[in-house]
Amino acid sequence: MTKVITVDEVSYSYKNDEEENTALDKVSLHINQGEFLAIIGHNGSGKSTLAKLINGIIMPTEGDIHVFGLNTKDENTIWDIRQQAGMVFQNPDNQIVATIVEEDVAFGPENLGIPSDEIRKRVDWALDIVEMSEYKNQKPHQLSGGQKQRIAIAGILAMKPKCIILDEPTAMLDPSGRRDVMKTIKRLNKEENMTIVHITHYMDEIVDADRVVVMEHGTVVMEGKPRQIFSQIEELKKLRLDVPQITELAYELNKEGIDLDRDILTVDEMVAKLCQ
Amino acid sequence: MSIEFIHLEHIYSKGTPFEHSALENVNLNIESGKFIGLIGQTGSGKSTLIQHMNGLLKPTQGTVVIDGLDLSDKNTKIKEVRQRVGLVFQYPEHQLFEETVEKDIAFGPGNLGLKKDEINSRVKEAMDTVGIDYEEFKDKSPFELSGGQMRRVAIAGVIAMRPDVLILDEPTAGLDPRGREEILNQIKSMHSKHKMTVILVSHSMEDIAKYTDQIIVMYRGKIKLYDTPENIFKEAQLLEEIGLAVPQVTQLMRRLKKIDPLINESVFTVEAAKAEIISMVRRRKDV
Repeated sequence: MTKVITVDEVSYSYKNDEEENTALDKVSLHINQGEFLAIIGHNGSGKSTLAKLINGIIMPTEGDIHVFGLNTKDENTIWDIRQQAGMVFQNPDNQIVATIVEEDVAFGPENLGIPSDEIRKRVDWALDIVEMSEYKNQKPHQLSGGQKQRIAIAGILAMKPKCIILDEPTAMLDPSGRRDVMKTIKRLNKEENMTIVHITHYMDEIVDADRVVVMEHGTVVMEGKPRQIFSQIEELKKLRLDVPQITELAYELNKEGIDLDRDILTVDEMVAKLCQ
Repeated sequence: MSIEFIHLEHIYSKGTPFEHSALENVNLNIESGKFIGLIGQTGSGKSTLIQHMNGLLKPTQGTVVIDGLDLSDKNTKIKEVRQRVGLVFQYPEHQLFEETVEKDIAFGPGNLGLKKDEINSRVKEAMDTVGIDYEEFKDKSPFELSGGQMRRVAIAGVIAMRPDVLILDEPTAGLDPRGREEILNQIKSMHSKHKMTVILVSHSMEDIAKYTDQIIVMYRGKIKLYDTPENIFKEAQLLEEIGLAVPQVTQLMRRLKKIDPLINESVFTVEAAKAEIISMVRRRKDV
């Protein structure tokens, strides 16, 4: 598998009133081409710092990060990195700049100096993927949170990145908004072969990830397939994390002597196991 | 402190091309001392509704009665109502502004004209309630704190006003699971201790199911349902149609009921689901 992003012994610290704070401590990690990688960890564990480092918004204090072979420390290629590894943030209202949906989506490619007929094509394509084509002439502030977040994703897509980093994109959304955004992310991964780095607190959103990385105190403390991670309920609880309700239920039932696999993740699996 | 809405209607930008009806014929009576969940899709009118509870918005039509006081009555002192109805907005940490944590939390009580000792004891109590250590944090700048800590400080600022009604608009958005649980547990214990009316707006059906006595479901500016969690989550199909969901274990119970009709499907906590499944397994063994 091709490694598209490599994080090599990276530390990041910042000064706050003379106090030295270490947000990341010698983290090594790689992300493969076409992978859906989920990053979880409690507030302050270093997830967002890692995302910002990958995108070159901040620079490592120690170590190097390569994104598609380019070092984030190299100022000459930083815009290539940001174009290839696009970033979506938590609050859609902070990411929308234009007053018409399609103009907002066109903002990124316009800044890249792309010819206007190509921009037109890209905007239509991006809005189609996020299923927002019919809203292209609307005003973003009239859309729901989930719709705005999909517009933000379309804006990134229009820059034709190879990888998208999403930092808690569903934290502010209602259940249907979350469903739609997750559906979009999974489709980008499966159908467009886009590499996805998804940072979240919602454990049910990482059930379909290829790999999960758990962070704590600026280090990677667990790594593996969702099932491997979720079967370690006690470990996760110590890390202030949670498992999906269904996995917790399976764990509790196991304690009561009902023989169930500890790595059940979905309602469907639970129904199947209980009705064997 | 009770809250009553009678034929409440709210239209934004009335008489302009941007006219938009946000609330339509809302009739609602919230009893004193309840823990109420308020759910609904983005744009369903939740925020508009709660802003009527302390007079931040005035109804286009209809009446708001807080603790027997009609807010539209000229003799009603809105300021006093606002002191008794505390509203924590989404992302309240954006409203922090003072130099130190202590000063920020003391700002509200200071405006009430309280004595210094009283302010100080309220600040300590509020910080204790939200789980922020007084000695460690009082002199820190609120802007040095982590997101979760800032959120707690902001909530403490409202708690220090000792409101009779505490309204929280998505207080846990963006917090990790443990932080979510801690804040909600603290609010719950405060609710029991002070018999405070709490109104919690949330998109997390699991949290709503776990903490509330009654749930208000809004859809397109109207109250669609207003009932106990048991009865609300029975309406899984309706909830899904209006962009909401039922907790994962409730989904499971609904599926299992098709196989074992004796299953109680109005279950929404892991503990209750566990008990139901254990008895189901026993029944199946006996067959």
